[in-house]
Amino acid sequence: MNKGKFFRLLVSHSILIVMAVIIIYPLLWTVGASFNPGNSLISTTMIPQNPTLDHYRELFAGSESLQYVQWYLNSLKISLFTMLGSVICVSFTAYAFSRFRFKGRQNALTLFLLLQMIPQFSALIALFVLAQILGMMNSHWLLILLYIGGLIPLNTYLMKGYMDSIPMDLDESAKIDGASNTRIFLQIIMPLSKPMIAVVAMTGFTGPLGDFILASTILRSPEYYTLPIGLYNLVNDVMGASFTTFAAGAILISIPIAIIFLLLQKNFVSGLTAGGTKG
Amino acid sequence: MQARKIALLLSILPGFGQFYNRQWIKGLLFLGFGISFFLVFGDLLNMGFWGLATLGTEVPRDNSIFLLAEGLIAVIVTIFGLAFYYVNLRDAYKNGKLRDENKPLSSLKSDYQNLIAQGYPYLISGPSLFILIFAVIFPILFSFALAFTNYDLYHSPPANLADWVGFDTFAKIFTVDIWRSTFFSVLGWTVIWTLVASTLQVALGIFMAVLVNQKDLRFKKFYRTVLVLPWAVPGFVTILIFAGLFNDSFGAINNDILAMVGIDAIPWLTDENWSKVALILMQGWLGFPFIFLVTTGVLQSIPDDLYEAARIDGASIFAQFRNITMPMILIATAPVIITQFTFNFNNFNIIYLFNGGGPAVPGSTAGGTDILVSWIYKLTLQSSQYSLAAALTILLSVFVIAIALWQFRRTDAFKEGA
Repeated sequence: MNKGKFFRLLVSHSILIVMAVIIIYPLLWTVGASFNPGNSLISTTMIPQNPTLDHYRELFAGSESLQYVQWYLNSLKISLFTMLGSVICVSFTAYAFSRFRFKGRQNALTLFLLLQMIPQFSALIALFVLAQILGMMNSHWLLILLYIGGLIPLNTYLMKGYMDSIPMDLDESAKIDGASNTRIFLQIIMPLSKPMIAVVAMTGFTGPLGDFILASTILRSPEYYTLPIGLYNLVNDVMGASFTTFAAGAILISIPIAIIFLLLQKNFVSGLTAGGTKG
Repeated sequence: MQARKIALLLSILPGFGQFYNRQWIKGLLFLGFGISFFLVFGDLLNMGFWGLATLGTEVPRDNSIFLLAEGLIAVIVTIFGLAFYYVNLRDAYKNGKLRDENKPLSSLKSDYQNLIAQGYPYLISGPSLFILIFAVIFPILFSFALAFTNYDLYHSPPANLADWVGFDTFAKIFTVDIWRSTFFSVLGWTVIWTLVASTLQVALGIFMAVLVNQKDLRFKKFYRTVLVLPWAVPGFVTILIFAGLFNDSFGAINNDILAMVGIDAIPWLTDENWSKVALILMQGWLGFPFIFLVTTGVLQSIPDDLYEAARIDGASIFAQFRNITMPMILIATAPVIITQFTFNFNNFNIIYLFNGGGPAVPGSTAGGTDILVSWIYKLTLQSSQYSLAAALTILLSVFVIAIALWQFRRTDAFKEGA
């Protein structure tokens, strides 16, 4: 019996260690690349012989084709406003769907379910034309609006599921005490939905950081770029030639995001499973 | 004649039914709204519907695509106008009916209070609806409309006009040889990609979660943090890193790892099949941590008594796993698992960022690893075959929606049966 247990744990640890290596290797390799002298992939080694901070300096030098700081600020602005907008829109709408029975409710829910299955960027030509008609090429605000629109259907669905699991008695006793709908929402429902709000906020913040199709359709001048477009162009303009600089830029954006994700992961899981199973 | 019918007939002109009911202020409001609607939108409606019907008649004055967009906006505005008109008719009819029954009419004040109480959900979801119409519904309608035109490089403004062609583009997908063969090979790979990549990441995620969650395993916290890392790092960053790692001539996978064990360099980016293998492995790497996280949450919520009881009944570890752990995981994570499949079906980023859907296939507009979404993207931005791209978008949407609805229904049944 004891032998069996030892064997089982040994196998488990070996599998997990192999997995850990597979996961850590590409990440460490990128860190190594960012300290490597030279620009190309050829000379890149995981542990550089003469490490250099040149690539990090290059990022902040602010040359015409590499406005890393500007891109960083653009991305930060777009992500923050998308997060704010989607949290407000999604939580109000989810509250309406969860607590009120109104005409068109069922149809709207079905519509949301269908809309979240059609990828937004398959309507790329339309968005391009829309931006031109409105004279909003290069407009960050248009992009923010598009991101919020894309986030509404799925997140409203998840949030509604979560709110459904908050007992109705709470609302009703507050109503008897004379609280208005908006007050019930702000003082009872919102605080209780915190884990799910964290999920929506996080998808709102990271969504724009993962997108580059919508952004590249609308943002055409380098000073308006977001990080994904900027970094993608950095790698692809001269194939592999600026890989080390890209690695440095990628690390500076990945670390803060990874920390937020790791801190919020508990919220994420409880939000998703509660919303998903009871939806 | 009954008052309700007269009121209804009169309010064909907004407000007049209310005047007949002697509700002057409300009548004026309706009339005012009606008039300003036509003052504000009159030109747009006129131009829009003309444009929608003809898509322009004169070059270079008319731009078919702008006309189409204006036409769709006109349709959306009209729908709102009709909704307002319906409210107007109904209000006149209802108050007329109250007069027939000799009951007092609803006052403006009570109407207002009624509106606030009943309209509350509409009020708070209004902004979302507006954004949805503008940012999601309008673009989708627009691309759907394009599928029924002949808009492409040779029919594009300002030099040329596009025209309505009905179902021609759809017919061509299935009749023109090169289109049909491309369509079916892309569709085939899309389906295989979705099934294999999603299954791999789900299986890996569940397996790892079960492994880490063994009661007597040490260093749980360390393993958990490491296994979640691929989920925490932004996806576009890791895909671009992998594109570098897999690079045929300079990449570390060929130069360091495979060379170390004495295997010749593998053409990851330039051979279709090796590209596919690399993509699936990468998606496994990228996608499993999310399932791992969710499954870990589920595993921690399974009460110990269940296993206790099973042990007393003499169930082996594998029997416990098969009869307790697995069903619990599947029930709780089924919705999340489904989203993985729909996500991968439309997983543009990994295909496009890795090697642009390549390697290129001679004579075809799609590369060897292009899935439907990335093919549509290329048709739009690289070869300007807009109407074909739009028609494919419709086919893709129908396909995804059908599968998703079918699966949702199945999981519901699954839940009730369990």
